Amino acid sequence: MPITDAYNAPVKDMKFVLHELWDASELSTYEGYEDASPDLIDAMLEEAAKFMKAELLPLNQTGDREGCTLENGVVRTPTGFKEAYDKYCENGFTALSTDPKYGGTGLPHTMEFMVQEMVVSTNMAFGMYPGLSHGCYNAVYLHGSDELKDRYLPKLSSGEWSGTMCLTEPHCGTDLGLIKTKAEPKGDGSFAISGQKIFISAGEHDLTENIVHLVLAKLPDAPEGVKGISLFLVPKFIPNADNSLGERNGVRCNAIEEKMGIHGNATAQLFFDGAIGWMVGEPNKGLAAMFTMMNAARLGVGMQGLGIGEIAFQSAFDYAKDRGQGRSLGGTKSPDKPADSILVHPDVRRMLLRMKANNEGGRAMAAWIALNIDKSLKHADAGVRQDADDFVQLMTPIIKAYMTDTGFEAANLGVQTMGGHGYIEEWGMEQLVRDARIAQIYEGTNGIQALDLAGRKLGAHFGRYLRTFFHPVSQFIETNAMNPDAAEFVGDLAKSFGWLQQATGQIAQAGLKDPEEVGAASSDYLRLFALTALAYLWCEMALKAKAALKEGRGEAAFYEAKINTARFFYKRMLPEAQAMFKMIGAGKETIMAMDEDAFTLAA
Amino acid sequence: MTEIKKVAVIGSGVMGMGIAAQCANAGFKVDLLDIVPEGAADRDAVAKAAIKQALKTDPAPFMHKSRAKYVTPGNLEDHLDRLADVDWIIEVIIERADIKQSLYKTLAGVAKAEAIITSNTSTIPLSILTDGMDAARAKRFAITHFFNPPRYMQLLELVTTEATDADVVAALRQTCDVALGKKVIDCKDTPGFIANRLGTLWIQAATNAAADHGMTVEETDALAGRHFGIPSTGIFKLMDLVGLDLGPYVSKSLYENVNQGDLFREEYRESKLLEKMIAEGYTGRKGKGGWYRLNRAGGKKVKEVMDLKTGEYRPVEKAEGAALAVAKKGARAVFDAGDNLAAAAWDTMSKYLIYAADHALDIAHSIFDVDEAMKAGYGHKWGPFELMDEIGPKWIADRLRDEGRVVPALLETVGDGRFYKTENGERSYMLGDGSFARVERPEGVLLLSDIKLKSEPVMKNGSASVWDIGDGVLCLEFTSRANSLDDGTMAMFNKVISTIEKSDEWQALVIHNEGKNFSVGANIGLALFAANIAAWPQLQANIKGGQDTMMKLRLGKFPVVSAPSGIAVGGGCEILMHSSAVQAHAETYAGLVEVGVGFLPAWGGCKEMIRRHLSNKRAPRGPMPSLVKAFELIGTGQVAKSALEAQRDFRIINEDDSITFNKERVLFDAKQRALALVEGYQPLEEEVFRLPGATGRAAIDMALHDFHKKGLASDYDVHVGREVAQVLTGGDTDMTEELTERDLLKLEQKHFVALAKQPKTLDRLEHMLNTNKPLRN
Repeated sequence: MPITDAYNAPVKDMKFVLHELWDASELSTYEGYEDASPDLIDAMLEEAAKFMKAELLPLNQTGDREGCTLENGVVRTPTGFKEAYDKYCENGFTALSTDPKYGGTGLPHTMEFMVQEMVVSTNMAFGMYPGLSHGCYNAVYLHGSDELKDRYLPKLSSGEWSGTMCLTEPHCGTDLGLIKTKAEPKGDGSFAISGQKIFISAGEHDLTENIVHLVLAKLPDAPEGVKGISLFLVPKFIPNADNSLGERNGVRCNAIEEKMGIHGNATAQLFFDGAIGWMVGEPNKGLAAMFTMMNAARLGVGMQGLGIGEIAFQSAFDYAKDRGQGRSLGGTKSPDKPADSILVHPDVRRMLLRMKANNEGGRAMAAWIALNIDKSLKHADAGVRQDADDFVQLMTPIIKAYMTDTGFEAANLGVQTMGGHGYIEEWGMEQLVRDARIAQIYEGTNGIQALDLAGRKLGAHFGRYLRTFFHPVSQFIETNAMNPDAAEFVGDLAKSFGWLQQATGQIAQAGLKDPEEVGAASSDYLRLFALTALAYLWCEMALKAKAALKEGRGEAAFYEAKINTARFFYKRMLPEAQAMFKMIGAGKETIMAMDEDAFTLAA
Repeated sequence: MTEIKKVAVIGSGVMGMGIAAQCANAGFKVDLLDIVPEGAADRDAVAKAAIKQALKTDPAPFMHKSRAKYVTPGNLEDHLDRLADVDWIIEVIIERADIKQSLYKTLAGVAKAEAIITSNTSTIPLSILTDGMDAARAKRFAITHFFNPPRYMQLLELVTTEATDADVVAALRQTCDVALGKKVIDCKDTPGFIANRLGTLWIQAATNAAADHGMTVEETDALAGRHFGIPSTGIFKLMDLVGLDLGPYVSKSLYENVNQGDLFREEYRESKLLEKMIAEGYTGRKGKGGWYRLNRAGGKKVKEVMDLKTGEYRPVEKAEGAALAVAKKGARAVFDAGDNLAAAAWDTMSKYLIYAADHALDIAHSIFDVDEAMKAGYGHKWGPFELMDEIGPKWIADRLRDEGRVVPALLETVGDGRFYKTENGERSYMLGDGSFARVERPEGVLLLSDIKLKSEPVMKNGSASVWDIGDGVLCLEFTSRANSLDDGTMAMFNKVISTIEKSDEWQALVIHNEGKNFSVGANIGLALFAANIAAWPQLQANIKGGQDTMMKLRLGKFPVVSAPSGIAVGGGCEILMHSSAVQAHAETYAGLVEVGVGFLPAWGGCKEMIRRHLSNKRAPRGPMPSLVKAFELIGTGQVAKSALEAQRDFRIINEDDSITFNKERVLFDAKQRALALVEGYQPLEEEVFRLPGATGRAAIDMALHDFHKKGLASDYDVHVGREVAQVLTGGDTDMTEELTERDLLKLEQKHFVALAKQPKTLDRLEHMLNTNKPLRN
């Protein structure tokens, strides 16, 4: 049995984050979210935790080994996926946050993100099927005509139909201005879509009777580049008037990719040959339509990092506590056994704590962003909505890149903790490394995320997005400067915050004269930003934990562990911030000085 | 030389009134006479109404409302006797030679023999005006052609003949240039003189090209743009601005007066559409709209434009085309772009340039005067000859030759050279025979641009440069965008101050630049960014750094003279207030506008307003009236609409400072002022104040409350106002306590940073940066 089966969803920590660190009860004050009481949220989390462990986790390793197969244009998902998917739909997980108008439950997006972490932990490859449908749902919901919405949203919400996002083509991924797929108006309001799309996650499969593709394509008279891209909805089967399945549309899957991980998910090459589609949003504004849901999609990928990080951590710990090897450097701990558990070794602890600190810090950050997504959509005050949206804009690249980096790191540390047993297939740990790897790449590589942060978000509106992070954190530091409970943290937080301020100013100034300076600083800057954000969150969490301990409420051990983890983060992880600051300060010079030919002179 | 002390203007129409007002602005007592309206109870009603209207007009003809008292209204029947002691009589009546001649006869009967009489005609030759005039009077007669509006338009065309008395020419030149501040260009006595002769042809050629090449109004305007050094008003927008009804009149008159075979006679066309528009009241900005209009029908504001093909208004469209796409690369690229716009551009501009080259020396004394007239009269960046130098005279000549057109003699003469050359820092221009003459500046004109031709800056960075303007005086020039002030500016100030203090070579500093605006104040983009990342210590340090620099200017060991022109607001205004003296151009618009972006003046602006208004001997007793006045000025972010207003009402400019009317003389006057101060200069000492503290704030608070109730101040205006009041009343103090200037500066810092932490201030900053307009939130 794989070690990963030891996983239990971190519901306790989720509750801490939602109710003690943040105040998720505010959600129920928003119009449309009246039902989302803390009790309901907690019940849903428990429910989801049980379901995912029972239904998805058992299919994770088998799905990875079996993979998807393509025969005669039909993709078969791994054994058990179809049954699990049906139950997943029956239990309402596809409709968690969709609009009741289209048959949804209408719960906050925050819930959706929390549940997503559990789905990813238990079966990332499986989770991508409903995940993509959800993205598709959002795009149509935000930009589709009423007719398209009425026709497609109920089916996407219920999970009867699934969805995809078709952006990438063989010659272009990051630079979508280069796409070649064409859309010819047919004169009846529909379009004939022709072209090739690759890397389409959940692009073809046997889980649902119909698949709704969202396809980026160019109109005949479209301007060059990204300003000439439109978005089209192309169903695999064209629905009849009564929404029963009609004619097979001209979209075919002719191959699925052999890839490093997420074997249970079909990554399809799709050929569109005059397939009938309908425009979503306005002509030539397709990329913008796609990007309005990109924040949610990128946060979703960030959750993948977290999900993998969490199960890797739990599994590695489970292994380590039972694995006896050698004796503690500080003297034998288990004289009755032939060896001490490897948990006695400082370096093993270092790895586990690093995983734990990133996971719990990342969860706190994810909830912060998720709550702001809901706020940006539902709060009664337009100014508050704007501020929340600014915050989401700012933090999205950070959580996407940082959490997928730390998720991958956690999986690697998991392998390292387990030694040779981590490396072999049997225990399931190496699968996590392979699955985690893609999250650093898709929905915009982490390099692109860094550039988005440093090049776009940083300077946008003269730094207005930054305000939503810098002001509360600055205020927090000021407020807690004399707080004895915060004394062990706040000085280091202020330092890191100061470096981040300085680096932000430097990049803004250097970028005015030389955009390459921004590019050279971007990845280190994103990391410095993330570390500072986590430092703030860990200080907040430690203060909440100390308060709980003082009041004598809850489980003391949980809060003590929080405080210890906070201390570990501050002493053993935050110092990296200074290194990042120094690297940013070094500028582009050493990066750009090398001639192209000089790179390979050693060979 | 005849000294002009007293002026009379005959005719109180828009131009006459405007000229009278500008004379009053310059300090002349002016009689303004007009006809007696039939059956009027008040026989001076026409002139009186004109003055009344002038006080309501925006932009204002008067620089200060008190200047209206310098103008005495009257009529041409009862008050001719007032003309007996007038030195200069300016005739600004209807453009009919016979009526003008008859008026001159009347004037001859009453004016003293030495009186100078001039006409403001734009179309009637001098020779006709003096026809039948007594020879002695004719010698003292000239044309002084002002442009509308006379206060704001720089150009004055002075038309004299060989017969004109040299003393008269000198007196007019002196008065128009120095006192009225005009760019005086000598013209020969030909139809339309210089600017309108060329300008009318240019506009006619452009509108013809629009029709012939099937262009829209938007395309035509976009095509006449920066690549030719033409302001963004282009062609049609310019007509809207001037008034559509004026054009046909000037064109027709020009058509009738130029010689047979003149290019303008070929180009001249009457436009049915234009006639129809004028008849329906679409006379431009002053009417219901013109080529462009704002259609408010249906509650929405839609920018519309006249469709030249249909004769109907339609929404404005963005002009596009190959020629416009390459416009950034310059004039030649536009001509070579290959589309219909490129053809139209060449069509228009080649005619304009040919016309200028063909007639320059018939209408003016030099090509330099032609260029200066077009720049001052039409706001072009380059005159026609400078533009030809930009394009390349040979390139133009070759192209004309290729097209089988006649190449003007001046273009043949210049060959593959240029019309202007700069040698050893001296600029010279080509004469008709191909030789060159040096550009001479009148006595008392000193231009930074001339100094730059001959020298390198003494020091410079990205935000400012320092030039040696002679006699031991340095000039600091802002070089940032819109002359905004940033760390670099302050660094340059600090550097130049310590350089002068340490040196035997330098003894004074002038702060001046030749930009459109002196300075728009601190770079708020940087401040906003710093505030957004909560860099409070940095923000405060920046404020303190600015204050330290201001105090160095104010208390330094050598005189500092600011010489502003145009907008001088925020930090730009604070520089004026911390200088030893200000030698302002009359058209200086100064004010502390910080509240508009949710800040308060914190480079000593509040402190200076306190100091300056407390020391106002004309203010009522006690500190409160002065503080309330300072509060009004800062709290509403008012900008003075002239240097005079800044001096009289705002006290931004000191009472003993003087004002220069001609922009080109500002630097010279400032330098003289600085040199005058150098001898025995006593550094100023920091002053101390007694301020009322909380009791004073109560009074201001009541005023604020009142504003708020009347809807004149938003909630946030009140918040900002209270912070301002904190500083102006001295914070936590009372009348028994003495506060130093430094104490007040610290208060400014504190309350500035407090405002920087407010999201609404940051919203205001962002809005200003995005739209250039204040946000009232």
